[in-house]
Parts: sequence; structure tokens; C-alpha cells
Amino acid sequence: MTAVQLRAKHVTRRFGAFTAVDDVSMQVQPGEVVGLLGANGAGKTTLIRMLLGLIAVTSGSVELLGGPPDRERRRRLGYVPQGLGLYGDLTVRENLSFSARAYGAAEPVLPPALTAHADVLARELPLGVQRQMAFLAALAHSPEVLVLDEPTSGVDVLASAALWDTIRTQAEHGAGVLVTTHYMQEAQQCDRLLLMSNGQLVAQGSEADIVGSTTAVAVHTSDWAQAFAALNAAGAPVMLEGRAIRVANASPAELQEVLNAAGIEATMQPVPATIEERMLVLARAANAS
Amino acid sequence: MFGVRSATVRFGHTLALDDVTVEVPGGSVVAVVGGDGAGKSTLLRALAGEVPLDGGTIEAPPKQRLGYLPASAGSWAALTVKQNIDFVAGIYGLAGEELTARRAELLDRASLTPAAGRLAARLSGGMRRKLGFIMAIVHRPALLILDEPSTGVDPVSRIDLWRLVSEAAASGAAVLMSTTYLDEAERAAQLVVLDSGRILVQGSYDQVRAGFAGVITRTGDPVRAEWAWRRGRVRHEYWPGAGPPPGTTVVAPDLEDIVIALSLVRRNEGSS
Repeated sequence: MTAVQLRAKHVTRRFGAFTAVDDVSMQVQPGEVVGLLGANGAGKTTLIRMLLGLIAVTSGSVELLGGPPDRERRRRLGYVPQGLGLYGDLTVRENLSFSARAYGAAEPVLPPALTAHADVLARELPLGVQRQMAFLAALAHSPEVLVLDEPTSGVDVLASAALWDTIRTQAEHGAGVLVTTHYMQEAQQCDRLLLMSNGQLVAQGSEADIVGSTTAVAVHTSDWAQAFAALNAAGAPVMLEGRAIRVANASPAELQEVLNAAGIEATMQPVPATIEERMLVLARAANAS
Repeated sequence: MFGVRSATVRFGHTLALDDVTVEVPGGSVVAVVGGDGAGKSTLLRALAGEVPLDGGTIEAPPKQRLGYLPASAGSWAALTVKQNIDFVAGIYGLAGEELTARRAELLDRASLTPAAGRLAARLSGGMRRKLGFIMAIVHRPALLILDEPSTGVDPVSRIDLWRLVSEAAASGAAVLMSTTYLDEAERAAQLVVLDSGRILVQGSYDQVRAGFAGVITRTGDPVRAEWAWRRGRVRHEYWPGAGPPPGTTVVAPDLEDIVIALSLVRRNEGSS
């Protein structure tokens, strides 16, 4: 049995007086796709940089493939940063050849979708093709663990499905995968989710575990524009959904009171909250404190 | 009613928009989804009068009643938040106390008041898109066109932006926005799915679901690989015509399933 592929034990990282990551423990097992969620500044990137050995921990410990994240172990890692890490002035073939040599791997065979672009400069290609190329470059050396930063952001659904097929195939062959994402469709492709806020790991598990005790109410009314304006003016975290209004972490009675005062008739329906609504509630709490 | 009718746009040999008709009624949000190169920006720029049509017609208000947030920048990096707003407001003749009041109101609604004196270059991605939004709406346009206001923006700022967009619609504006996020399309009053310059499907989310023909099944081992795609550990498979084989598990499709299924029809049948 292979060891845990990524592990953080009570990891903290401070930059001066600022604590970017605060006592975080997590792990990624072989064959598992783990999604890392959080707003900007939640500490996701700092955590990943420590797991990869790119910056030091202030306290606690990290393990990559069963040991310290040194150069030898990083060779067995595949990493696709959000900026993709391609060379715009090199062609598709040159990019892939360069990264294969950097990892001491054989040059990858171009899939049909990339063959047509083999001699085109990377910067001249559509984003979807660039992403495919970055994946191919990161996978050429058969990495045992994959770290992906928003892997399908901006590509169409078919290209996104194809990228997820690649990610899943790697996981089925035993790779552990850590995916950071802002994108709820991506989160739903993961086996397990981690949610960070203000440097701390605040929830983990399934989508339901991440949503936790956060609630939401759907407000239905014939005069949605007036109702929206009234609830918005009252400071409620409102969101338009079709012709209904969603409010996170609100009590139906309080909302009813606001609408009654404005002379608007409406019905209230408790609905399951979304991951984003949990994040919104966390952000509001952080701003208030 | 604003919108485009049978709009066609060519760039050289590329058909960027192919006979596209989209209506944008006042007081509602119409969301255009599609990947890179689907034609979203071309559609928005055509309605904004930034790209000439090769065929079809446009119904849009005069420039001074139109607000447009382009996909790039939308603000000047070397100006402060306040200077950016004042500059654009000046173009529309907004000045004095009226400008002061309008600026304060918009900054407050976008939670940008504490950043009013900051250079746009120093804003986070989410704050910069909110500033771009304010600049597009400062003159209370009748038609608001937003090109990917939320791409790459963190989820909390994304909800903020959606609230700002909703406010604009609630006060009567017609809003046409593009997005790469399917959940935003689900929340809009109307959604338009573009693929290689053509409309795959449009309507409210309920209409799109109701109008979807065929069946989607969940399987570990798809019968026809070219009609299947990944959803987590399992795959979904689309049966456009005749029903699926007995013993398969049928799922209620979400927007992602529907868009993939319709894209596959174009790929698998359209090219033959």
C-alpha cells in the first residue's frame, strides 16, 4: 500500500504579524480527488506552496510522497498552475519537449486534438487548447501526485469534461489529486472537499458537510423587483434566482417582517444552502469581527 | 425590447456569429454561456455597437443610454477608484452634487467605499471588476452589457457582483451578461448557450430543462463512449432518440448535462 501522498500536520505559516495558514491538518490519499475551496486570501496558495516545499512552514510539518518535499520528490509531482506555466514563444511541440526533458521523461505523443496545432506558438492558441497542453506537459512523467489550480476555468463544457476524464484516469491509476477551485461544478467532481477561511480549515467532507448548518430561504413574490430592493436595503445577503430571491442565513420570520413593512406579499420556502452561500456567510462574519 | 435578430458576424473566414437571435427585455438578466471562442464577446460587442454585423439587425438604445463592461480592464490602472468613476461620469455630464451622491451610493453598494482613494492597479481582481461594473452603470443605462464580469473572481466577490447585477435589473435595466459559470446561467431569468457562434439552446432554466429531449443515464461503463462524459467517479451517457437499454439508471439532468449532451449532438451528428 502506498503512503499518503500529501500531508500537512498542524501547519502554520506567518508573514510578519499576518498568519496566512493557521494550524491546518489535511491529507490526500492515493486515488483520491480532493477539492480545496476558499475565497481569495483564505490561505489556499500558501498551503500548497508549503506542501510543494516552495516555502518553509513556520510550525508543524508537511510531507510529499512520504517525506520532506525536496527536489527528488518534486520530480514525481505534476503541477498545473493557474497561469498554466507554458512558454508563449515556443510551439506546442517545443513546450512539451522542453517539459519532458526537464523531468527526464520521454516526449509525449500528441493526442489528435493537439496534432493540428503542433507547430503553432502556444500564445496563439485558444485557452482550452492551452489547458490541454499544460495537462499533457504535467502528466508526461507519470506523476504520482497531481496539484491543479482551477483546472477547467474558462473552457467550454466539452473541453472541461475531457480534462476531468484525464484527471479521473490519473486517480484511477493511483495518483492523489489536489484541486483548488472557485468553481462549484469543479467542486462537485471531487471525492472530498476542504474549505479554508482566514487561514483555517473550517470544514471538510462532502458538499453537505461544507454547507454545514448554513441555511437559505427562497422568497417567491409577484413583485420581485420591489421585494429585492426592500430586502437589499435591509442589509440581507440577497441573490436573484430567476424570478425568486434567495437569502442566506436568514430567518423567514425576519424576512416576512421586512416585506410586510414594505407592503409586499410573499411566500417563504427554506431551501438547501449552496457552498458559495456558506463562503459568503464566513466572509461576512470575518468582516464583522 | 433590446436585442439582436438573425445576427451574423464574420472575421475573415471565421463565422463568429451565425444567425443569432437574442431578446433582452427590461428588468431582467439574460446570461450568455459558452467556452472560449463560442462567440460570447462578439454577441455582446455587436449589441454594444462595437462590431458591425454582416447580416441581421440590432435593437439598442443610443450610446448615452447604454453601459458596457468589456472583458478586459474596464478601468484605468493609474487612476484611483474615485478618479475612474468621476472620469466616466464626466463623459455623461454627471457633475457636482449629483455626481457626489451617485458615487457614494455606488461605492457603498459595491462595498468599495474604503478603497475609494486606492489606485485601480492596487485592487484585487474582484474589486477591479466591481469598479468596472460601477463605471458601466454610473449613468443609469437602459441596457447594460457585461462581458464576463465574474471570470476568475473569487466566489464571495462573485456573489457580490451577482447582487449588483440583480439590483440593476430590479431597477428596470435590461442586462445582457456573459459568463463561463453555469450556476450563474441557472440563476438568470433567461440563458443563452452559444457554441461555435450558434445558439445551442435558450430560454429560462425551467424551459431549457422541459424542452430537453432524450434521456441521460448514470453508468460506470458507458455503452457508447462518444456519447458519455465524466461526473465524479461515474459517467453520464446521453440517449438522444430511442430510450436507454433496460436496467440503466436514469438521472435528472442539470444544466451541465444538458449543455454537454447538446454539444455532443453537434459534434457527433453535425459533422457527418
